[in-house]
Amino acid sequence: MSGELRDGRIVVVGASLAGLRAAETLRDEGFEGSLTLVGDEPHPPYDRPPLSKQVLLGRVPATGTGLPARRPVDAQWKLGVAATGVDGIGKRVFLANGEEVPYDRLLIATGTRARPWPNPAEAALDGVFALRTSDDAAGLAERLDAGPRRVLVIGAGFTGSEIASACRERDIPVTVVERGPAPLVGALGGTLAAVAAEMHRRHGVDLRCGVQVTSLEGDGRLTGARLSDGSTVEADVAVVALGAVRNTEWLAESGLAAGPRGVTCDAGCRAFNMYGIVTDDVFVAGDVARFPHPLFGYQLIALEHWGNAVAQAEVAAHNMVSAGPFRRPHLAVPTFWSSQFGHNIKSVGVPTYSDQVVVAQGSLREARLVVVYGYKGRITAAVSVNRAKWLDYYQNLIETAAPFPPEPGAADRTAPMIPLPSDVPDPAVLSHGPTVALTGHLPDRRLTLVRPGG
Amino acid sequence: MNIVVDLNRCQAYAQCAFLAPEVFELHGEEALLYVPAVPEDQQERVHRAAVACPVQAILVGGAAGADVR
Amino acid sequence: MAADTLFRRITDYASRPDPYPLYAELRESKVAPQDDGSYLVGTYHEITALLHDPRISSDRRHRSDPEEARLAAELAPSFIGLDDPEHDRLRRTTMRPFGPPHTPGRVDAMHGEIVRIADELVAGLRGRQRVDIVDDFAYPLPVTVICRLLGVPREDEPKFRGWSDAIVGGLDLNPDQDPTERTQAATEARRAMGVYLGGLAEGRRGKPSDDLLSAFVNDQDPAGGLNRIELMVTSVLLLVAGHETTVNLITNGMLTLLRRPDQLELLRREPALMPRAVEELLRFEPPVQMLPQRTPLVDVEVAGVTVPKGAPLILVLASGSRDPRRFRDPDRFDPRRTDNQHLGFGSGVHSCFGAPLARLEAQIALTALLRTLDGLRLVDDPPPYRRSPVLRGPRHLLVEHDGAGV
Repeated sequence: MSGELRDGRIVVVGASLAGLRAAETLRDEGFEGSLTLVGDEPHPPYDRPPLSKQVLLGRVPATGTGLPARRPVDAQWKLGVAATGVDGIGKRVFLANGEEVPYDRLLIATGTRARPWPNPAEAALDGVFALRTSDDAAGLAERLDAGPRRVLVIGAGFTGSEIASACRERDIPVTVVERGPAPLVGALGGTLAAVAAEMHRRHGVDLRCGVQVTSLEGDGRLTGARLSDGSTVEADVAVVALGAVRNTEWLAESGLAAGPRGVTCDAGCRAFNMYGIVTDDVFVAGDVARFPHPLFGYQLIALEHWGNAVAQAEVAAHNMVSAGPFRRPHLAVPTFWSSQFGHNIKSVGVPTYSDQVVVAQGSLREARLVVVYGYKGRITAAVSVNRAKWLDYYQNLIETAAPFPPEPGAADRTAPMIPLPSDVPDPAVLSHGPTVALTGHLPDRRLTLVRPGG
Repeated sequence: MNIVVDLNRCQAYAQCAFLAPEVFELHGEEALLYVPAVPEDQQERVHRAAVACPVQAILVGGAAGADVR
Repeated sequence: MAADTLFRRITDYASRPDPYPLYAELRESKVAPQDDGSYLVGTYHEITALLHDPRISSDRRHRSDPEEARLAAELAPSFIGLDDPEHDRLRRTTMRPFGPPHTPGRVDAMHGEIVRIADELVAGLRGRQRVDIVDDFAYPLPVTVICRLLGVPREDEPKFRGWSDAIVGGLDLNPDQDPTERTQAATEARRAMGVYLGGLAEGRRGKPSDDLLSAFVNDQDPAGGLNRIELMVTSVLLLVAGHETTVNLITNGMLTLLRRPDQLELLRREPALMPRAVEELLRFEPPVQMLPQRTPLVDVEVAGVTVPKGAPLILVLASGSRDPRRFRDPDRFDPRRTDNQHLGFGSGVHSCFGAPLARLEAQIALTALLRTLDGLRLVDDPPPYRRSPVLRGPRHLLVEHDGAGV
């Protein structure tokens, strides 16, 4: 590392998982200059996945999900204060308290926030929650402890499904309302969405798909909701789980390519400016980043995945202190997990980047299986339900662009290897936002695949 | 002492749930739940569990941001 | 020349003390076809890929050699010899009384008892000029532990020791020998041990006690539990695996440390390093050297070589754990090693069922030995080894105090 890169001032905006791991990587790689972390939440970095699981189950307090440090970062922390803007020419970050923080290199890791309920008056009713921060989780967990009569979950993506699962485990009545045809369909397509719907129902969730909540009712306190099919739900707690909004508004005047889909960057995490020219002093990592991925046709993808936040932060940090030829691309195969209703769902690749699926191992009936996704005859993703130990095999197939469907011969393949349409809906029809946003072109699902040799 | 488990790496070998059952718990056949802030009396067990993890998915460390000032 | 193919040299008893140079040779080709039709794999990445490949069977009834398939079919395989979904069902059922999610605290709760057993055994070693680490410590410890866990009377040990020897003998790999006789003897021993353990379990029906045999006949399992045959073959597996491997782990551990007095001192000074040291032992001198019973269900390509359907596929775990493409300085024993994803317990769905117990036993055993024994040296180096190239370890490990003897 040259002396110039080892020294200077680095500011990381966003003090959650990506910001923390980036700061640690910077120090690991020998950065000796000044390091400032800015975070709008008052808490030191904490882990979010437990908020919808351990915390809602009452096993862990909402304040008890602090992340472990990999190493000391010797940073100045500015917590509880949001960044409000960037002056790319003067190289300063503006903070909500009026402060200005100068930088030589900037990392944007501001992540996402919960998509709010569109009607602010209804959203303000007592009993209406979102779930993104530990404060959100603390409030919701307290209500669940009090034993609500019924919880209404709006949106059946991963967060909504996990909330419903926690409620049912605590024997709290739950209604889940999803505008799309089934839970998780936006992330996993139709085949596994049917498995997910069955899990909901078997665990006593009142699952209502293909309908929308049109209004939340109450006078100060939530009493229920009205649905688009004319029915009503009585509930004293509602959780709005409509997906996430990327925190990019603060960059509106920055001249960077920042918008609702994220901050666009190159494979080396360098941000583009609004003219599509790559910068060399502003980097992006985590949920807020929108980057090209070679395994997925170089489409710009934005991933709301824990693993991506870590991996991309490491690459961004490395590149911030490395000269041109020593920089690395962010090529990690996307992975995520969810646990709900006692089932472990794990994914590698991008399931929405698909036109067909096959059940490669296990069976839908047992909800213990591996589903493999393909696009134009190539394997692009695999999802396991309670079959995590096999997933490495499919990751390798994805990385090597192996043909779809996968070769037969799995000992526990009970279903015939018949490709089905992957049935990934247009995100516009869902209540829950997809956790992978593919932009650029969408795979053409009308395509009929003809493979040589059948 | 805090922990975080990289559940992308986790393949449910469950060594941690055997060796430190008050901190790590299998929820169903293979979903792992754990207590991120490790109680004092569980630290030795957690250390044993972290070392034993076949996919080295358990990160143990002091609380991040402990130097917040 | 056929007589010195790599597989023959590895299985040759003369190679038992140090097979590692042969493994280095094996790793030169990622897949090594042998003249007996088997395929050896010794590189880390290829082994891990095959352990997670659903097309690779653990059921030897899929072997294309009809004689082998017939022998394998004589007695119902235990779950290590079955594929999913049967393997998965039996393993989960067997796990119910042993570990999470249904009995998460069992192994942790055994900690104190294992310490007591280890302390009693080392107390018997104090003051003795010469000790056999195997007979006096490393064998009786896991046998006592597995007997208590399963609910087998400790005093029956002479009875099942013979059966166990025959069963392990059946795992012996010698391409020059007709395996029929050994396999026949192993089958007979499995049958006899199964009847014995099945009888013990039956005796507990309706009279539950806190052991696995009792749980197998008394606990309610919504998936149906183990039938009579399954109970027998599973109990045999647990009893044999529970004491034939841990003895080698403990003994290999002492041998490794006695050869490296500086590391031995380090661990004596810093007992907190022991969990890491045991992982390193599992990498460096693993008790299970190879998995001999894998078989591809279709033609499978491994590193450019097609391993045909039905061929014996032998995964040499101990070689993979010494692969320099995965481990830095692989032939160095480093009890502080991090990033140690060794293959000591295998990987994938068949990874060792008893791994947490073996880990705990080895940690406790070595800690007790190091604390108690001081100033020891090896009498024979290398020590005499047991026959098996699969479950590899010293038959005896004689140690004596410095200055003793001549």
